[in-house]
Amino acid sequence: MCPVWREIVFWLCAAGAVASGIVVFRVDSMARATFALLASFLFGAGTILLVELTYLGILVVLMMIMEMVIMVVFMVMYMMNPAGLMPMSMLHNQKGSLAIAGGTFAVLAAGVYLVDWPTSRAPRPEQPVYSLGEALMGSKMLVMIVLGLALFATIVATVVLATHRGRYDRYGDRLDRDRPDDPVRGGVGR
Amino acid sequence: MPEPGPWWSALLLPAVVAVFAAGACSLDAALRARTAGAPGPAAAALLPVRSAAGLLVQQRRRTPAADTLLWRTAGVALLAAGVLASLVTPLGRWSVGDLSVGIVWFNAMEIVAWGAVWLAGWGANSMFGLVAGYRFVAQGLAYELPHMFALTSAAIGAGSLRVADVVAAQRDLWFVVWMPVAFVVFLLTVLAMAFRPPFDQPTGQDVAGGVLAELSGVDRLVFLAGRWVLLVSGAGMAVALFLGAGGGPLLPGWLWSVLKTAAVLAVLVWAGHRLPAVRMERFAEVAWLVLIPATLLQALFVSILVL
Repeated sequence: MCPVWREIVFWLCAAGAVASGIVVFRVDSMARATFALLASFLFGAGTILLVELTYLGILVVLMMIMEMVIMVVFMVMYMMNPAGLMPMSMLHNQKGSLAIAGGTFAVLAAGVYLVDWPTSRAPRPEQPVYSLGEALMGSKMLVMIVLGLALFATIVATVVLATHRGRYDRYGDRLDRDRPDDPVRGGVGR
Repeated sequence: MPEPGPWWSALLLPAVVAVFAAGACSLDAALRARTAGAPGPAAAALLPVRSAAGLLVQQRRRTPAADTLLWRTAGVALLAAGVLASLVTPLGRWSVGDLSVGIVWFNAMEIVAWGAVWLAGWGANSMFGLVAGYRFVAQGLAYELPHMFALTSAAIGAGSLRVADVVAAQRDLWFVVWMPVAFVVFLLTVLAMAFRPPFDQPTGQDVAGGVLAELSGVDRLVFLAGRWVLLVSGAGMAVALFLGAGGGPLLPGWLWSVLKTAAVLAVLVWAGHRLPAVRMERFAEVAWLVLIPATLLQALFVSILVL
């Protein structure tokens, strides 16, 4: 894509992401808020695709659609304003958050111009993102794999602990029931 | 070896997909007419044209306090995603866009159906639609996880997420031969993701048509077309990933692609008529306890063979 188009698409995505982000807090309905947030994420994915991180960009699209569809269930279930029937404001601590957001933006924007960024004469590597990932994570891959397993085990354990009906409910106190006592029969003939 | 087609192939894609969708829809109507006993299958095959024209001129039904924006978005999103899912599917030698992560793209576009069905159920502000929309969301993971592992098997077999590489890897042996489990699970979940029978709980009779209950006029036409297009895209991808895409003797590649896709589509539609409706709670257990382990074992088997 030629630089001009890249520029135009970037600004469309950036403006779209911010605008739909604002919409999240302006609408009454939780369904609309959730899908406005989804639109914001999709615009964000557009900017990731622009820097040619295709896998990451499309993964953001995939994951965010799944996440928002799950989130909308909980938004409608738990928020005070399920279907726009009871108006509520989603804005909290307005002055504080305005100060934090403005301050963060100012610090980051100032950093771009004030910090003396190092320059290098070394030629750009063939695959900069790949090389960066290798340099950052290469030696720590084993740790990350173990960490991944630990996190997954935590998720499973949490679900097991939180589940409403455990194996003692299903198979009896001595786990000696042949057929589990389920309110609804499952699909594998038990 | 598929390659990106010329720019105008992007304009051709919706037309090709629409022809397949119309064919599948006619076959569906003919099969339903045969089951019902009347009228003749040939006449019945034209019924979808009549009902589409009827929907075009039908006035929209309104419901109180409907969320019209989200409701309309549902159909448009479903149709657009259905067409875009075919973006990476090769027709013979050409595909419209040959993304390096085409398989992930296809899956991402299918997932849009998840949101679209929920939106269609929510937007109408009708109880039946809402129940049906939540049904689909609740079933989503049971559909998506086996589907994802079936896709993964094909990707591992080719060592690439690019559809062109998957097709090239099948030059000697189609993937369906050494990944039959992944193929069958893929077809099942394609039916499920397009909420076609026997997985048509979101539009079930027991909830008065579910998400379709209040959809009328052109909105209904767009939504139904989106559902057919999604099924077509799934059939096309099944051909590309497991049935060697345009590979075959004598005939040119594009014709093989068309024939195979039509055959897979016909099987999917026919299966919808032959199989009894699957109860949701049963399928969830089957998916988690049978299909996911089976597809995982299939992926393991493929990984070992590739190594």
